[in-house]
Amino acid sequence: MSTNGSEKKKVAMYWAASCGGCDISLLEIGPRILDLTAVADVVFWPVAVDFKYADVAAYPDEYIDYCFYNGGVRNSEQEEVARLLRKKSKTLVAYGTCACDGGIPALANLKSKQGIFEAAYLDNPSTVNPAKVLPQEITETPVGQLEIPKFYDQVLRLIDVVEVDYLIPGCPPQADRVWEAILALVGGVVPPRNKAVKVACTDKSVCDECKREKRKVKIKEFKRPHQVRPEPEWCLLEQGLICMGPATRSGCGALCTNADLPCRGCYGPSGTVEDQGTAMVSAIGSILDVTTEEQARAMLNQIADPTGTFYRFSLGSSYLKARK
Amino acid sequence: MADQVMTADVSTRASATFEPRIIGFLCYWCSYTGADMAGTARMKYPPNIDIVRLMCSGRIDPELVATAFAKGADGVLVCGCHIGDCHYMVGNHKTMVRIPLLQRVLREMGIEPQRFRLEWVSAAEGARFQKIVREMTEQVRQLGPLNWPGLMRSRGVGHGMDLKPWGEV
Repeated sequence: MSTNGSEKKKVAMYWAASCGGCDISLLEIGPRILDLTAVADVVFWPVAVDFKYADVAAYPDEYIDYCFYNGGVRNSEQEEVARLLRKKSKTLVAYGTCACDGGIPALANLKSKQGIFEAAYLDNPSTVNPAKVLPQEITETPVGQLEIPKFYDQVLRLIDVVEVDYLIPGCPPQADRVWEAILALVGGVVPPRNKAVKVACTDKSVCDECKREKRKVKIKEFKRPHQVRPEPEWCLLEQGLICMGPATRSGCGALCTNADLPCRGCYGPSGTVEDQGTAMVSAIGSILDVTTEEQARAMLNQIADPTGTFYRFSLGSSYLKARK
Repeated sequence: MADQVMTADVSTRASATFEPRIIGFLCYWCSYTGADMAGTARMKYPPNIDIVRLMCSGRIDPELVATAFAKGADGVLVCGCHIGDCHYMVGNHKTMVRIPLLQRVLREMGIEPQRFRLEWVSAAEGARFQKIVREMTEQVRQLGPLNWPGLMRSRGVGHGMDLKPWGEV
């Protein structure tokens, strides 16, 4: 691995509204991280090294060569840091599905801010809160005013807030594909920046990478993964398991379907669809063995949570994006 | 011109403040012919519906419906041949799965059921089409504007970056 210039590259990573798996996934490249640190210095990575926001603010503009921002934008702090990092970075990469498509946190877009607060702080079996205290942006205390970041009405993608050069989808992105992307970035073999291009994945669907056989049969009944031991070489969707493969971008190598589990859709919408959920509704429409409306209704009732299942990772980049 | 057409119908004259915009996806063989029949028979119905004709209701990608709402439609009406009458034999069998499933999804997104209807209209049912459009226009008028683009803008969505075309490395 070599750089174009003699100076070491500057790398940063930030953790916003996500679980932290993305930070771990960067370490999943294993010993290759030593190759990375040989040519690049980490100048900001809250989870691993001790730099403060003030240090980043003190850097000259475009000081950071590659900034990996993982997580969606849930509150004003995350938006502020996104804007700061955009200013200080030559290349800003939305890393992971939360930053690209909203991810799991964006499922909260199906509830209002008030509903989220009630679930988290009031109507929760493990919460004792008799005074019904809710987070306030500004709290007056005897020693002065306390301020915490503003909680937004919905989770935004990084791209809703700042211009993004590349997107690396995946929950988390797979190490080998990430390494390919890093090599491409450092080697300069990349598509033009500022186009928000998805890299470290392909435009095709997971079905393209899945080795299971399609037998062109229609479904008579939906099953859930815990109810059935699927046949090993037969398409899971045709076995009645809701597999998000047809609507989901590939790049993972069909890891889940290889392990007899239906695809959860973690790479977001595939290159040929824009809205993962409606694409899945469409796919399900053509594979049911029904001839009357009653049969159709009965079968659809077997799908437990269509919105949460079809938009599990991509509500933030769907057409509608959130609840009214 | 649009205003003149608007005032021509008695039922829409009452409320001058909000005119719902409804997008109708109609199949070519039955429903569009039915709507056409309403027209040639001079049956009056509100001009609030913009009709998009497709060859079959089974060709209506759920994405089209979501796009219509996301771009500012107040209601969406999907019409196809009655089950068993499809010109392509089983085209509307797909519709009868997709649209009710999408209705469930959109209801969870807060879109009222009256805003998104699926109706079977045959080529002979011009009067039925008239009744459906009149009824739906009034119901959506009562609900008021949906204004999805405005709602999303108010929450800070949409940096305005063009996400297309997706590339590949």
